[in-house]
Amino acid sequence: MNVLEPSISELVTQLLEVVAALAAAPLFLGWVNQCRAWLSNRRAPSIWMPYRNIRKLFDKDAVLAENASPLFRIAPYIVFGTMVVAAAIIPSMGTRLPLVTAADAIALVGLFATARVFLSLAAMDVGTAFGTLGARREMMVGFLAEPALLMVIFGASMISATTALPAISEHLATQSLGIYPSLAFTAIAFTLVLLAENARIPVDNPATHLELTMIHEAMLLEYSARHLALMEWASALRLFNYACIGFALFVPWGIATRTIDPVGLAFSIPVLAAKLAVAGGSLALIETMSAKLRVMRAPEFLATAFLFAVLGLLVHVLLGS
Amino acid sequence: MTHLPFDLQLLNACAALLLLLSFAMLSQRRIVSLVDLLAVQGAVLAAATLLVAWRTGQGHLYFSALLTIALKVVFLPWLLHRLIRRLQVYWDTEPLLNISGTMFVGLVIVVFAFSLAQPITQLASTTMRSAIGIAIAVVLLAFLMMITRRKAMSQVVGFLSMENGLFFGAMSATYGMPMVVELGVALDVLVAMLVLGVFFFQIREQFDSLDLHHLESLKEIE
Amino acid sequence: MSVGLVGRTLFPLSALASIALAVVAAMSLALPPEHAVLPIGLPDLPMHVRLDALSRIFLLLLGGASAGISVFAAGYFRRGEGTPPGLMCLQYHLFLASMGFILLADDAYAFMVAWETMAISSYFLVTTQHRIPEIRSAGFLYLLIAHVGAISILLTFGVLQGGSWHFTFDAMRAAHLSPAWAAGAFVLAFVGFGAKAGLIPLHVWLPEAHPAAPSPVSALMSGVMLKMAVYGMIRVTFDLLGTPVWWWGLVPLAAGLISAIYGAVFAAVQTDMKRLLAYSSIENLGLAFTGVGLSVVFLGAGMRVPAALALTATLYHCLNHSLMKSLLFLGTGSVLHATGERNLGRLGGLIHRMPWVAWASLVGALAIAGLPPLNGFVSEWLLLQSFLFADRIPHAFVNLLIPMSTALVALAVALAGYVMVKFFGVIFLGQPRESTLAQAHDCGFLERLGLVWLAVGCVALGLAPVQVLGALNHVTRQLTATSLSQQGGPWWLLAPVPTRQVSYGPLVFFLAIALIVALTVFAVRLFYHQRVRRGPAWDCAFGGLTARMQDTAEGFGQPIRNIFQSFFSIERELPTPYDRAPRYRIAITDRIWRGLYEPLGGLVQRVADAIAVLQQGRIAVYLLYSFGTLIVLLALALVP
Repeated sequence: MNVLEPSISELVTQLLEVVAALAAAPLFLGWVNQCRAWLSNRRAPSIWMPYRNIRKLFDKDAVLAENASPLFRIAPYIVFGTMVVAAAIIPSMGTRLPLVTAADAIALVGLFATARVFLSLAAMDVGTAFGTLGARREMMVGFLAEPALLMVIFGASMISATTALPAISEHLATQSLGIYPSLAFTAIAFTLVLLAENARIPVDNPATHLELTMIHEAMLLEYSARHLALMEWASALRLFNYACIGFALFVPWGIATRTIDPVGLAFSIPVLAAKLAVAGGSLALIETMSAKLRVMRAPEFLATAFLFAVLGLLVHVLLGS
Repeated sequence: MTHLPFDLQLLNACAALLLLLSFAMLSQRRIVSLVDLLAVQGAVLAAATLLVAWRTGQGHLYFSALLTIALKVVFLPWLLHRLIRRLQVYWDTEPLLNISGTMFVGLVIVVFAFSLAQPITQLASTTMRSAIGIAIAVVLLAFLMMITRRKAMSQVVGFLSMENGLFFGAMSATYGMPMVVELGVALDVLVAMLVLGVFFFQIREQFDSLDLHHLESLKEIE
Repeated sequence: MSVGLVGRTLFPLSALASIALAVVAAMSLALPPEHAVLPIGLPDLPMHVRLDALSRIFLLLLGGASAGISVFAAGYFRRGEGTPPGLMCLQYHLFLASMGFILLADDAYAFMVAWETMAISSYFLVTTQHRIPEIRSAGFLYLLIAHVGAISILLTFGVLQGGSWHFTFDAMRAAHLSPAWAAGAFVLAFVGFGAKAGLIPLHVWLPEAHPAAPSPVSALMSGVMLKMAVYGMIRVTFDLLGTPVWWWGLVPLAAGLISAIYGAVFAAVQTDMKRLLAYSSIENLGLAFTGVGLSVVFLGAGMRVPAALALTATLYHCLNHSLMKSLLFLGTGSVLHATGERNLGRLGGLIHRMPWVAWASLVGALAIAGLPPLNGFVSEWLLLQSFLFADRIPHAFVNLLIPMSTALVALAVALAGYVMVKFFGVIFLGQPRESTLAQAHDCGFLERLGLVWLAVGCVALGLAPVQVLGALNHVTRQLTATSLSQQGGPWWLLAPVPTRQVSYGPLVFFLAIALIVALTVFAVRLFYHQRVRRGPAWDCAFGGLTARMQDTAEGFGQPIRNIFQSFFSIERELPTPYDRAPRYRIAITDRIWRGLYEPLGGLVQRVADAIAVLQQGRIAVYLLYSFGTLIVLLALALVP
């Protein structure tokens, strides 16, 4: 892959990934809600509801607090931008992505950290009790989830001797089928981190209305209209990105791995859709089976994730699998 | 990763599961769950023994697996559950070190056990020699559990878990111990359980609780 | 000498001199080492100086950071600081000059003279407002620990000369020490330089001295002086000791990791903004020493490329920290001058009144949090990449333990993010917690210039890592005989280890984010609208929002206090239902202070009391002492 002159198909893959992420993220969210409703024997709103929400929000006038600073206004754009760039780096459809030479898996973790920091700063900007509460809790979950995610990636990097996510994905895709306990442990760790970072039960309830129990929602309370739309879209994108990282690391088959491969690319789209459907269903299942933890128990939850990631690393070094 | 035959992959999976169970026992606060985890550990051990028996064709390992199931999956957990119900001890919530600290120490111990096992692995001649490190780790983690717990019941579970680890180590290094040794060890464990059962009642009668720190008052010098 | 003269001429001149120094150092990095012998010094102990790549890179650091600080100081110092401005100017420049001389010194005598001058001039700077007792005791503690470190460094040089009794560095390079003596020299150097860097447990002076000093001095101490310790460690280990033994590196590695976590955890629970930054410095120096330790381990194990990578990460981190931390300290200086408050519980909402300070501090805070595409991320990235090589170390226990400790590095970096959100959010965002904050005004032109210089430096170091790596390659080539090659990659892509297929291109990264943000803004404006209405804060329609309802600094640190309880010794004062004036108070003190320093101080006091028995006060007794000594010496002379 020539860094200076990416081929047409590489650019197409890149663009396609970004567009697909933007388009499919709210749908994924709608699907997860639908599965949750099925499992709780309720009727969910339509799968297309998140789209309607976002569109409705864009149309509205933005109401800002009197003491909101320029940081408050620019934060939604930055959070949204980082999530889109993250979507461009994750090999959801193909592994030949020109942008990846500029950012590897550690930079990806850094992108998520940037989004989290700006979100927290924006929450602290207006100076309400709930905003600062949400910021504090988000940083608490974040400062434990980030090392856990880094250890998951580190474990995968040790197996593949590189930290570039597409290269890891390619390496793992060429492994023969079998039982790999180290990957199993790492996968469990990754799932726990996914639940924590995306404000899912058992760490945070995305559908709660009680401000004192919120982590993620509390940071968005002061936003309205297009800012809120961008933030909601960015949250959906974050879940989508995490799911795609999980696929790239643990279920990498179906991703196009050769450079000039329009057939592979076309094939990867339904494969991705199928993976997302299964992932959404499993996520809803996990959420329905668990109860929300007390906020102060969340660090223990993440410590468990951390432990699993480190165990996966150790088991790999010892058993060689 | 090299391509291993399927049964070896299953054996590696059993070894990893044993390690996971040791950590799970280290962090468990409910004693009933602790005993259940011990039973699962015994089951995994029996499965591993069966796999090795099938792979190497050594007949006495089948018998050994049967003994493991009878003793460690059925009888001992049943005995322990009965004890728990009669002694009414269900929770062990005050370990010596908090859970995260114990986990951290556990991780360091596992790393130590793995590095210890690396030269031994080169000397052994069995197909499962890479699991020796895990066996040592399980033994040390069970020892750690015995140290950091306060209730006598958890310490007994730790002791039994140590024995599981030793058994796994013996199997992965030398394809099991001679039958005489195995029967002897099984008998010792049974007798130990019976004696401990009596002991627990005595402790409870004396101190009205199974909290082991009461035993510290049994000193000559104050 | 008036403040105006000092402020308008002397400090800006010094800033220009610093810039010149930095430029000269940068341009001469590729040149071979130069020696000279100065005619000053004792009769047959002249001072040797030597300028090599390691000195040059640290001179670049010194010049670059002090340029910004001096410009800021030109506008910052006012009357009534407690010390006359002319005297303070002299002490400031003596401080700078002594640090520069440390970098040039090529023999133990010159080094120690410069080191002591640095300690003493910085002591006087720390105790600028010497009328306040807390500041005096902070200065005393600082001087005490600085001298403990200096004794250790002196002993190091004593061991390093290896019997030749020549104290020039060239003689030390040529000396052959037995492994035991070499290890001893390493440990002594680590203790001495670690004390100066503020590693646990010799860190107690840092959180006292940095807040006590005026802000430009804090910036200089934190940004430049602490790096002198890293310089000393690298100089002794890689240059004077020759090839290090691999297990030596475990000591700075472990101590660095512990300091990093400790510093970050303590920073998160502070209520004084400068103490918070001081603890954050402990964390960053811990990471720097981790890099040094890792490099030693790799070099001792014969893995040259990872060693060069780790050393590069350390040097890059030093460069970064000098800019980032100075920027933040200067920002707090402006806040202090504008509001008179150091306590985080009385600040807030200053982004509206002091936009220049706020936005510059935002750059610094994001940089320390290690967010791409700023400079903190690059050194963190390089460090993590070097940790990835650790499973190849050929020693049993260690090749598993070091990859595990990557987790601690990641934890320290994540905690740094937490600390910086607290720092920036509580001071600049939210509502003002005191009504007096409405009179705060932004800083003057010279101060803005200093802040902008440092902020631009942070951004530049973040966006152009390849150029910086090229500069650092000269240093690593001199010290480890390897350098990291770019293998003909493009100028905007950092790919230090080509065999690993991993690269980082911050410029592209930044442009991608900027492009997408711009596109989003444009698209929203095109398809929808940009209408904004202002109103009171929503606050979930509870109403009656006051400034007291925001998080306090203690409140923001509460999760850390909960999770890391065992690190602190906490005194709580909780109100009972029967209190007439209920109060809630939490005091957090350092366990190491209670457990190590107070008993040690008590021991010293008891020994001193025992010896004080000799001071009887009566002349007859003193004459008896002299008489007794004379008799004893005469009796000894009688012995054949």
